Amino acid sequence: MHDERFSGLRRRGFLAAGTGAAALALVGCGNGNGTGDDPADSGDGKPAKGGRLRAAFAGGGASETLDPHLANLFADAARAKALYDKLADFGADLSAQPRLAASWEPDKTLARWKVTLRQATFHDGRPVTARDVLYSYRRIADPKQAYRAKASLEPIDLDASRATGDRVIEFVLKRPTAEFPNVLAAFGAYVVPENATDFDRKPIGSGPFRFVSFAPGRSAVFRRNDAYWDGAPHLDELELVVVNEESARVNALLGGQIEYAHELAPTTARAHEGKGQIEIVRLRGSAMQAFCMKTDRAPFDDKRVREAFFLIADRQELVDGALSGAGVVGNDLFGKGYEYYADGLPQRAQDLDRARALLKQAGAEKLKVTLDTSAVAAGFTEAAGIFRDQAAKAGVTVDVKVGSKDSYWKDILDSGTLCCYRSGAMPIEAHISQRLLTDSTTNATKWQHKDFDALYQQAQATRDKAGRAAVYERMQRRLYAEGGFLIWGFADWIIGTARAVKGVETEAPANTLDWARFDKVWLA
Amino acid sequence: MTKSPRTSGLRSFVARRLLLGAAQTVAVVLLVFALTEALPGDAAVALAGDQPDPARIAAIREAMDLDRPAYERLADWAAGLTHGDLGTSLASGRPVSQYLGDGFGPTLLLASLTLALLVPLGLGLGVLAARHEGRLVDRLVSSVTLAVYAVPEFALGVLLVTVVALKLAWLPPTAVGYGTDLLGHPAALVLPVLVLLSRPVCSLSRLVRAGMVDALAAPYAVHARRCGLPGARVRYAHALPNALAPAVQQLARTADWLLCGVIVVEALFVIPGLGTVLLNAVAERDVPVVQGLAVVFGVLTVLLNLGADLVAHRLTPRAEVAA
Repeated sequence: MHDERFSGLRRRGFLAAGTGAAALALVGCGNGNGTGDDPADSGDGKPAKGGRLRAAFAGGGASETLDPHLANLFADAARAKALYDKLADFGADLSAQPRLAASWEPDKTLARWKVTLRQATFHDGRPVTARDVLYSYRRIADPKQAYRAKASLEPIDLDASRATGDRVIEFVLKRPTAEFPNVLAAFGAYVVPENATDFDRKPIGSGPFRFVSFAPGRSAVFRRNDAYWDGAPHLDELELVVVNEESARVNALLGGQIEYAHELAPTTARAHEGKGQIEIVRLRGSAMQAFCMKTDRAPFDDKRVREAFFLIADRQELVDGALSGAGVVGNDLFGKGYEYYADGLPQRAQDLDRARALLKQAGAEKLKVTLDTSAVAAGFTEAAGIFRDQAAKAGVTVDVKVGSKDSYWKDILDSGTLCCYRSGAMPIEAHISQRLLTDSTTNATKWQHKDFDALYQQAQATRDKAGRAAVYERMQRRLYAEGGFLIWGFADWIIGTARAVKGVETEAPANTLDWARFDKVWLA
Repeated sequence: MTKSPRTSGLRSFVARRLLLGAAQTVAVVLLVFALTEALPGDAAVALAGDQPDPARIAAIREAMDLDRPAYERLADWAAGLTHGDLGTSLASGRPVSQYLGDGFGPTLLLASLTLALLVPLGLGLGVLAARHEGRLVDRLVSSVTLAVYAVPEFALGVLLVTVVALKLAWLPPTAVGYGTDLLGHPAALVLPVLVLLSRPVCSLSRLVRAGMVDALAAPYAVHARRCGLPGARVRYAHALPNALAPAVQQLARTADWLLCGVIVVEALFVIPGLGTVLLNAVAERDVPVVQGLAVVFGVLTVLLNLGADLVAHRLTPRAEVAA
């Protein structure tokens, strides 16, 4: 009951979650299963046209903007994907699916890619052209700005890239990038019309919905775009409202004030699942949950200590306690269920005797470590408390330190030795490039190994998919054996909908194409 | 003419209080600035979130002008303030005045509705209890007000939403989607106003009751009755004004509390008022917005308390006004 008191904490939690899962898309690739929006599959009956759907998200308050390149939170992403398109987006297994791009073709070196656009128009009737794409990407990459997708677009040499036709772009890359389609699907890499600068008054996109109105921190109203290239939405109108409190989202849903509530607590889901009042949708594999060990400093510079910590964790207890059971256990590897995931490795389980023996070998008996945590994300402080008790059984004293939620991610990047960590869905390749290479910008485990970097480069220069998969497997085996991420679980992302809402995709980790995709949803 | 010394005394009192209030507001703003600066992380860090790439943070910091020393930023902001410019938000680049304007509407609406109901209810219950001091009505009113007072707003809010809005479906559970047009949806305002009323009604009626009981037992009331004045006149013309002085101070505090953003109620009922603006601004380390709110809150507090002192002075002219 104290939650409401700390609505601020909770809300920032959501924000960070938003940015967390929002971090998602960097570089990657593939070709996963279809969008799964075929109503015949979902058993929801025949789509009905019309109606207005109100969907509630935790948001960013009065500072919100409709500039899709500034998207940071889940609410931003939901608004952006209603109004705009990317060249590609992620399927359920985080492989890139073509969107505005009809096709992509690399040259032999994998450093030049020809991308052909499909025939699509902006809301004002102008066609989407290669020039719009280049303008959008150059805007994102502007060195004077700090757009989120800038790091994702880093492989592209935008000065050398050019339009070779109205709908053909030749991207010149700085190095071979086999997973270039992941770049096109990067979070925030939306295509806006050439020279667009004002996004809050009358934003023009090519997305499934047209702009009607926007009140930052309150609501955004959109109307069906009948000319949408991927088929007009079923809904007449879509209103995305900002509701920061989880309890308020649930109440509004139960009270019929909204039809879709994003991000519910596991306890809420349990209370209402199967009760017939609302539908609960669980998006599996949406948020990786981990402890981060800094591998460049004591005690975790000794890989025996890291292995001991892998063996200390009782993963099921962590999932049951910190996630209220809403998730699955992890195996110290990112991206369970995603393309290239090494699912052949044995599931690690708690083994306190072996952990103790390893610590003894490493001369780290009676070890004391500080575990940094914060209320920045749901379950963080709970996970820290549970792990502290588990570690005590192996003779390790874990001192839990609760830090500021607003600066948590920066605080844990370089300082401390052990911390709670989470990540939204992104391709495994993106996880590696952002976090596990020597020059990665957010390398919180300080995993810096030249041979590992070389493997990554090798994968990126391997044209053959099976060959790439083999390299990724090698990299993951190494991380499994001695990496710095103790990945203990993957949390569900929980959505509540009114019973009349049909066509909500369930196989869609947060921030993939079919997540918060309202053009395929209808009201029965 | 005989009144003039008192009037001029009052004038200088008001002038002194206003000066003091201005100084207090400045102090509050400085303190808030210092405290916000002292918080770990700044707007750039908060914006970078879980992507704390140092280069990105540096770029954001530069774009926000955060690489300049704190005193320079404060001086710039203060210079702008002298010609009514509250500055622009770090997070969005929109004017701070827009933030305040957008948030003030719902806050003012909630506050005025609550106060409009609070005054008659609080006074009525207090007088009622005092009239029946020690008897059943008094004990009933007293125990109910004490019990309600003990319930925190969020608990009462959750309870009311669950029972009245969700179980009975009499009222909407939140004001979601109504934006600033809350007046157009009066049903959505009932529960928030009830929650806001709950505790102030209790404290106000307790104060009025205590004041009335004291006043009715005071020698002047006894004397008035002995002189044959009707009971109602003694109660309302003589005892009540004396009982009201402390209640007015309490009312000012309540108004202040209501106007400076009631975060719990705003969050629970999804009403985007000043409390929500403040919460977001602090989380985003959006110093100019926090500063703007500090100015507004400071000025409001000073004016409300001054107003309360003047009313109390009017009610009980003999009591010394504390300057």
